[in-house]
Amino acid sequence: MIGVKSAERHPLDAIIRADRMPHIWCPGCGIGIVMRCYAQAILDSGLPADQHVVVSGIGCSGRVAGYMNIDSYHTTHGRAIPFAVGIKLAKPELMTTVFSGDGDLAAIGGNHLIHAARRNVDVNVICVNNFNYGMTGGQVGPTTPRGARGTTAPYGNPELPFNLPYLLAAAGANFVARWTTIHVRQIRDDILYAFTRPGFTFIEVLAPCPVGFGKSNNIDDGLEEMELYRQRCVLVQDGDVNQDDLNIDLREETPIYIGRFADRDRPPYEAIRVVTS
Amino acid sequence: MDDRRVLTGKHFMNGDEACAEGALAAGCSFFGGYPITPSTEIAEHLARRMPEIGAVFIQMEDELASMAAILGASAAGSRSMTATSGPGLSLMLENLGLAVMLEIPCVVVDVQRGSPSTGLPTMPGQSDVMQARWGSHGDYEIVAYSPWSVQEMFDLTILAFNVADRYRTPVVMLCDEVVGHMIERLEIPPRDQIEIWNRKKPKKSNNGRYDPFKVLDPDLVPPMMHAGEDYRVHFTGLTHDEHGYPDMSAETHHELVTRLVNKINHNTEQLIRTESYWLDDAEIVVVAYGCTARSAQRAVREAREEGIPAGLLRLISIWPFPENLFQELGVKAETIIAAEMNLGQISREIQRVIGRPVQGIYHAGGEMIPPDTILEAIREAAQ
Repeated sequence: MIGVKSAERHPLDAIIRADRMPHIWCPGCGIGIVMRCYAQAILDSGLPADQHVVVSGIGCSGRVAGYMNIDSYHTTHGRAIPFAVGIKLAKPELMTTVFSGDGDLAAIGGNHLIHAARRNVDVNVICVNNFNYGMTGGQVGPTTPRGARGTTAPYGNPELPFNLPYLLAAAGANFVARWTTIHVRQIRDDILYAFTRPGFTFIEVLAPCPVGFGKSNNIDDGLEEMELYRQRCVLVQDGDVNQDDLNIDLREETPIYIGRFADRDRPPYEAIRVVTS
Repeated sequence: MDDRRVLTGKHFMNGDEACAEGALAAGCSFFGGYPITPSTEIAEHLARRMPEIGAVFIQMEDELASMAAILGASAAGSRSMTATSGPGLSLMLENLGLAVMLEIPCVVVDVQRGSPSTGLPTMPGQSDVMQARWGSHGDYEIVAYSPWSVQEMFDLTILAFNVADRYRTPVVMLCDEVVGHMIERLEIPPRDQIEIWNRKKPKKSNNGRYDPFKVLDPDLVPPMMHAGEDYRVHFTGLTHDEHGYPDMSAETHHELVTRLVNKINHNTEQLIRTESYWLDDAEIVVVAYGCTARSAQRAVREAREEGIPAGLLRLISIWPFPENLFQELGVKAETIIAAEMNLGQISREIQRVIGRPVQGIYHAGGEMIPPDTILEAIREAAQ
């Protein structure tokens, strides 16, 4: 047998719970890429790891909380954001990040998503958008393109999807960006940037889900979907795009606009303090 | 700023406001809620009071979010509370289950109104008794207290926070619209006379690995680690092992759920509160709680004046159910009358324990059961 020497230490060992590996994600899944970017951003933030908190909801992306070696909370479906709001307001010094999926955040948690953005609570959201409910086996969700197939839309999805950057910018988030899993540097950089921005931040990352979404939609594997991103992504410089421009349809030869869509200074939420005489 | 936290002295206020003052006196530093009659005065009072003492008040977008927010705040170390009524409690049950599973202390105040559905928003009810007990999915035990006066709205809110922290459990305050809205005298004691039971704190382990769900004491309650204390905790609603990590084995699941249930069931002596009036020689025992106990007390007093050997057992705690007490009572008392503003929720519990029928005085809600109705039932039983 050929001796393979494995590295004893990895720079991210301090941030990731190595004792929980292997993870549950399928081959070709994009969530691990985004988690790695988040871990790198924590390491690079200069803030001690015990000052970072991650909150997740339910679903494949919701499992990230269980793999991060920081204070981590794996909560109920859709409720990660209000749980995180409670943490943040109770201990404002904690860098509080919600890491979850598109179904968790935009469907069952959709009301909390827009209200947290409206309040502009100082919470960061990282949303892995893989266009479907992966954990339950490929059902259509609030981000599934119209016409795409899922196990609950065998004849094609009759609904129009949310386009999340547009929604979040309209709801009031201070910072809104969209990247894909081929943009690892930009993801890490924007998570790091989100850490420095007061108020609500939202980073959407388009990610392959070959088992849940790909197999129903003629995308053979994760690499093929990554190649689609590479071919079609168009970087937006000024964020000035309309709603239809932001729509994504992996089955059509249309551009996928990526970049920063909001970066502004609306006042962040602060608990009221009254001094009585 | 913090000297405004406990308003020591004599006051004249309604039960909802007294509950809010009780929360502050207990050290509550986070309230997340959503307006709903007849509990809204709690939120309104805290919205005015909490910013004075550096505590956080936030009105959330719904009851789902309110419940999630108070769990987050508690996980970060705050004593936290929400207040609602039946329709809101229905939405909070999802994360009430999470509070049970994650063992996150919190207080949920339910000022009951006529139900089901929208029911009678401005009128009293006591029909959330079983919802509080069984509403979230799965096997679990709940602790619930039922105040009958403005003073008890204050006192039991403090007890609710203490029990929540001591046993790492959600505690429900099963109030009703009458007690929430009536105005009575309230006496707030000096701060140093208010008993506070703190959360168990962990001893930092040497190897940096700490098991947040490992039970070290016979009371089955593990110490509580908060976000930002460098324990690198993981809390999950999935079945988890002592380290907090998901463990999808039937053995771990059975062990965990059994411990969570026994954590309450093995400590019932510390949790149960009841009060007796003329009970020692009573042949006819009236059981009541909340505002209905006020009518029952008068009915029993008048029955005694007529020479009828009647007594009153007032349930201050509703859950856990005082089974031992009822087993004794079932042997001693000839007749047990249960008066409640629902169609027999606690009566069925009593019957389950004593093994024979209870005479029920039921009303679906909307108005208090008058003393005369209870007195009439006592007279009939005495014949």
